[in-house]
Amino acid sequence: MTLLSIDWFLIIEKLILIAIIIFASLGIALYTTFAERKVAAILQDRPGPNRAGPGGLFQPFADGLKLIMKEEIIPNTSNKFLFVLGPALAMTAALMTCAVVPWGDKIVAFGRTVVLQIADINIGILYVFGVVSLGVYGIMIGGWASNNKFSLLAALRGASQAISYELAMGISLIALLMITGTLQLGEIVKQQMQPGHFWNIVYQPLGFLLFLICAFAECNRTPFDLPEAENELNMGYHQEYSSMKLGFYLFAEYVNMFISSVIMATLFFGGYDIPFFDEAAHANWGNWLALAGIGCLMVKVVLFIFFFMWVRWTIPRFRYDQLMNLGWKSMIPLALLNMLITGAVVLWLNK
Amino acid sequence: MQALTNRVKLVERKPLTFLEKIYLWNILKGMLITFSHIFKKKPTIQYPEVKRPFSPVFRGLHVLNRDEEGRERCTACGLCAVACPAEAITMEAAERLPGEEHLYREEKYAARYEINMLRCIFCGLCEEACPKDAVYLSETFAAANFNREGFIYGKENLLIPNPKTEPEAYAKAKGLTN
Repeated sequence: MTLLSIDWFLIIEKLILIAIIIFASLGIALYTTFAERKVAAILQDRPGPNRAGPGGLFQPFADGLKLIMKEEIIPNTSNKFLFVLGPALAMTAALMTCAVVPWGDKIVAFGRTVVLQIADINIGILYVFGVVSLGVYGIMIGGWASNNKFSLLAALRGASQAISYELAMGISLIALLMITGTLQLGEIVKQQMQPGHFWNIVYQPLGFLLFLICAFAECNRTPFDLPEAENELNMGYHQEYSSMKLGFYLFAEYVNMFISSVIMATLFFGGYDIPFFDEAAHANWGNWLALAGIGCLMVKVVLFIFFFMWVRWTIPRFRYDQLMNLGWKSMIPLALLNMLITGAVVLWLNK
Repeated sequence: MQALTNRVKLVERKPLTFLEKIYLWNILKGMLITFSHIFKKKPTIQYPEVKRPFSPVFRGLHVLNRDEEGRERCTACGLCAVACPAEAITMEAAERLPGEEHLYREEKYAARYEINMLRCIFCGLCEEACPKDAVYLSETFAAANFNREGFIYGKENLLIPNPKTEPEAYAKAKGLTN
């Protein structure tokens, strides 16, 4: 009987946590679309959307309502099942990543200690890579199922880009993992929180730069937004999509951006670590300390998201050959070099 | 080969160096430029609430004027229609009957007066041609309608409100108040 007894509270606790995180991710992605338009406007000396609600705050709801109300069109010659699966897969893959991210320290509620992480699996970062790679299937399946040459071309472009940059991303991360010695995201954050230990950005500046650039490419953000070059190339892989299926594709991109910001903050900027503040010395603050940690993580994430937008509204898109040259001839050699140097230094320090 | 002019500029086509190839330095410079734009003044005018002032010679939609006692000034002489280069104005004259002196200033008046706003080029020649100061161009410019017929403005659209019976509407049309 003891084998069958299930810790129901654990399941409820995790379900609540999952619900909160998914809704928070979606809500943040929703307002990221608004922030994108505002940031674009401000960088271009415009006021941006300011009519719906105070300061334009209800604009994302107006946009969402508009997308839902549009006619749902499934082309005659498309593969119907895959056509619907594409956007669903893109969205699912984008949301699944947040399962292993440590959002904060422990919280004590109703006599239970709740770890603010859905699953602290010991291969955390590998899981993230695996799920992010699945996102390519959303693009590929959507582009192929549309039965349209242009969608297919854009999907191929997107897939080749994602594969090329995933390689450099993985190698740039190996250097970091050599320093931390663990794949567990919670453990990586705890190491950075130790007194006398700096954030990983100090030890791995080049690794962070490479990871950042690859994250741009993985999220299909400018300057790497060739798969969905909105103003040319027939919109890219979601050419045949309309209504909320198009919305899912666009929305998944923003969720991806949010998640990759979280991952970067966790890996290189100490996650929920409050800068210049010794958490261990103030452990008696309890829940407030954990909440402050979450707030700190969110501030870092918001800064990253702003950075994503800032870059988008500054530089134009790369040409396809420039993209491939940069990926294969600059990023991967640099990542390999970074890995070799880090490995040598780690070996030398350990004797 | 001899240059045809002395304004020839040679374009350098050196291959990019490695630092240029990873684009970072130039991207950083560009990002500083866009960042500086955050603090620049926004030139946008919030249109329906704030309106840009017109120049004094602005020529908008036409208005048919009345005199101080609220009588129509137009005598249907047709000079505006003759002056119109776009042939947008038509009118029909009628004789003022006894008892209509409070409506029309002269013995003859325009029973029908139409301006096709789609033909009109807003040159203002009708205003210059008018001997009675009856037609002039206002500062209204946003004409909107669902079909083309609606752009043929008759007297009911063109006449300014009567200053005697509707002084507020008259003042508004004159631009004296908001």
